[in-house]
Amino acid sequence: MTQRVSRAILIALFLGMLGAGIFAPYPYARQFRDEIAAPPARAHLLGTDPLGRDRLSRLWYGGRISVLLAPAATLLSVGIALLIALASVILGRWWERGVKTAIDLFLSLPWLFLLLTVRGLLPLNTPPAASLLVTFALLGLLGWPGPARVLIAAAERQAQSDYVLQTRARGCGAWRTALRHIAPNLAPVIRAQFWTTAPAYLLAEANLALLGLGIAEPMPSWGNLLRELQNPAVAHDIAVWIPLILLVITMGCCQLAEPIEEASL
Amino acid sequence: MRIVSALFFLAGVLPAAPQWGGTLRIALHEEPKTLNPILVDDIASETVRYLTGGVLVRVDRVTQRSEPALAVSWKVLDGGKTIRFELRRGVRFSDGTPFTAEDVVHTMELLLDPSLHSPVGDSFRTMAGPVHVSAEGAYGVAVRFPAVLAGGVALFDGAAMVSSRSPLKEMAVLGPFRVAAHKPGAYIRLERNPYYWKTEAGRRLPYLDAVYLEIQPNRDVELLHFRRGELDLMSSLDPDQFEEIGRERPAWVKDVGACLDSEFLWFNMGETAPLPASRKTWFASRNFRLAVSHGIRRDDLCRIVYHGHATPGIGPFPAENLFWFKRGLAPHSFDLALARRLLTQDGFRFDGHKLRDRAGNAVEFSLITNSGNTARERMASMIQQDLSELGIQLNIVTLDFPSLLDRIGRTMQYESCLLGFNNVDPDPDGQMNLWLSSSSNHAWNPRQAMPVTPWEAEIDRLMRAQASEPQPLRRKALFDSVQEIVVEQAPILYLVNRHALIAMSPQLADVRPSVLSPRVLWNIDRMYLTR
Repeated sequence: MTQRVSRAILIALFLGMLGAGIFAPYPYARQFRDEIAAPPARAHLLGTDPLGRDRLSRLWYGGRISVLLAPAATLLSVGIALLIALASVILGRWWERGVKTAIDLFLSLPWLFLLLTVRGLLPLNTPPAASLLVTFALLGLLGWPGPARVLIAAAERQAQSDYVLQTRARGCGAWRTALRHIAPNLAPVIRAQFWTTAPAYLLAEANLALLGLGIAEPMPSWGNLLRELQNPAVAHDIAVWIPLILLVITMGCCQLAEPIEEASL
Repeated sequence: MRIVSALFFLAGVLPAAPQWGGTLRIALHEEPKTLNPILVDDIASETVRYLTGGVLVRVDRVTQRSEPALAVSWKVLDGGKTIRFELRRGVRFSDGTPFTAEDVVHTMELLLDPSLHSPVGDSFRTMAGPVHVSAEGAYGVAVRFPAVLAGGVALFDGAAMVSSRSPLKEMAVLGPFRVAAHKPGAYIRLERNPYYWKTEAGRRLPYLDAVYLEIQPNRDVELLHFRRGELDLMSSLDPDQFEEIGRERPAWVKDVGACLDSEFLWFNMGETAPLPASRKTWFASRNFRLAVSHGIRRDDLCRIVYHGHATPGIGPFPAENLFWFKRGLAPHSFDLALARRLLTQDGFRFDGHKLRDRAGNAVEFSLITNSGNTARERMASMIQQDLSELGIQLNIVTLDFPSLLDRIGRTMQYESCLLGFNNVDPDPDGQMNLWLSSSSNHAWNPRQAMPVTPWEAEIDRLMRAQASEPQPLRRKALFDSVQEIVVEQAPILYLVNRHALIAMSPQLADVRPSVLSPRVLWNIDRMYLTR
């Protein structure tokens, strides 16, 4: 039941954010300079931010970026991790040792700083949309070691199981065994890794945004909408908290979307 | 009965007599790096020096004129190369040691000692050749500079005297307070100097018994302590804090007016900068720079980003710099028609919603600013929308501060930059490193071997001339010309001057806040508490 509700909420959010262009009442960058930090009203249902931009419109568009791109980056990470895990089954111990060393090395890297450095190297006139894609692509490319560690262990367990022994005894090759027999049996672990990694990327984007180094203005994301909370003067306004509430709900639903027994497989 | 009523009436109308005693509690935003007045190099140390140090000349922060302090008078001789001070007699350091000309000579020797690297001393060593300081009797001192040092008298406002004979060395002071206790990272407690030279009604000032300096780097905690009544004064509020206190207690806050700090934007005009040729051409064009300036709604920046606590920027100084500001200059007004006309004169054309140059390139450039500075990020967003009305696409890039400094100071890999300038010196000499074309801080095109443009050569000439001109009015005329050139050529687009915002307890009396630093504490010896 919990999983169904969580998944339903996530699907609703996903579809809702896809339709940002339809539902958002105004362009996200438009500044209503005579309605600065206005309280909720008919014209602006969630009020306006300190630059007079409609909060509801920014929430829709910001959600589109966060809810669509975080899963995309997660798919990239988990995809890389799966390939590495299958390769470790096929290529044997030397590959496995090498990969595990690389994982330890990657996990010990201060990757937030690495991300900042890479973003700092981007050309200054990179359009906001391109910088956004680069940010999430970097998150995806740098985030494979965590899922890879889990998937390698799961793939090794599968490789030592009886059914794999049987397929090999029947003359099935290593590649075919890995792709046709082991990979499908890793599906629950892959799903669990997906649902646990996606919230981490939502948070990573929020962290970058809070440092002022996230998605470039005027493009919104839930992360840079949260920056308003740094101003104690507006913290009493419930509309300011909505991005945080949505972020927490999304992250919670991600954690609950996969059955616990499968996630711990 | 009538007499009694009249007395009550007078008691209500006449100002209450200042009260003696009490402790003023304020916050320092960092631990002072030093308590030695010779070595002061940070704001916290400067605050302690201001409260404890005695100086020959004090600049009145309200009138902005130099007033006698430990020197009762001075004369400028040799066409501005020599200043002769006559010292106040009967003055003693806080430990009772007498103050004489020997102490002034000793202080100046320390300030000018190259091995001590005194930042205060640096301001006296701006020209080649040694500075000679000699005692002329017990109460006369002559300071001889190798060349004319315009505005040299005001420099002594920052030179706190130290004793040549006291066993306490630099801890023996001549200011209103002396250091009584110091717990690093927590507080500094100052107590009244029993030998302070100023008197009132036959008693030695200051009125206050002590000043408690809480070392509090967190501005939100400082605000909390102030609202709880644990601090009496906040001398540097941001607009949000000002509004927050003002909503609860309007009488506790005061907007003093535009301070010398300015926020501005400039284009990279470096000849060797790694920029496309089209952009170099745009940025080198006076019409383009002026068009961008006229396309920005400065009033909106002040109203929205600073909640009205800022003034549209004009040039190097705001009108609040009473002597040096050139009267009659006005900020570049928001005028889209004028901006379009200027662009058309330079061959730009409007293609739908896009502006294109002669070669057909769409006009698009990036603006860098430091991340984490909400006001600058908001200004950048507003400028982005304003310039879109001219068909210009502005890409905002926020960078961490070291990366930004590297780009603007070393690699020159940027197109335009939005930054601020914290200016504590009302004298144009304090901006010498910004305006001289050879300077590494000449923002738009640093380290020029020879001035690239005729107007930069003219600014160089005028700045050098005013620096060696002893007559203040002639100096002002020269600097007025610099201000005119800056407004005409727009190498820097001045956006806003932030206002000095303070909050103080109503129990604090005789506070005369100023836009100059230190904004409130400059007359600490006359401030008193009514509790």
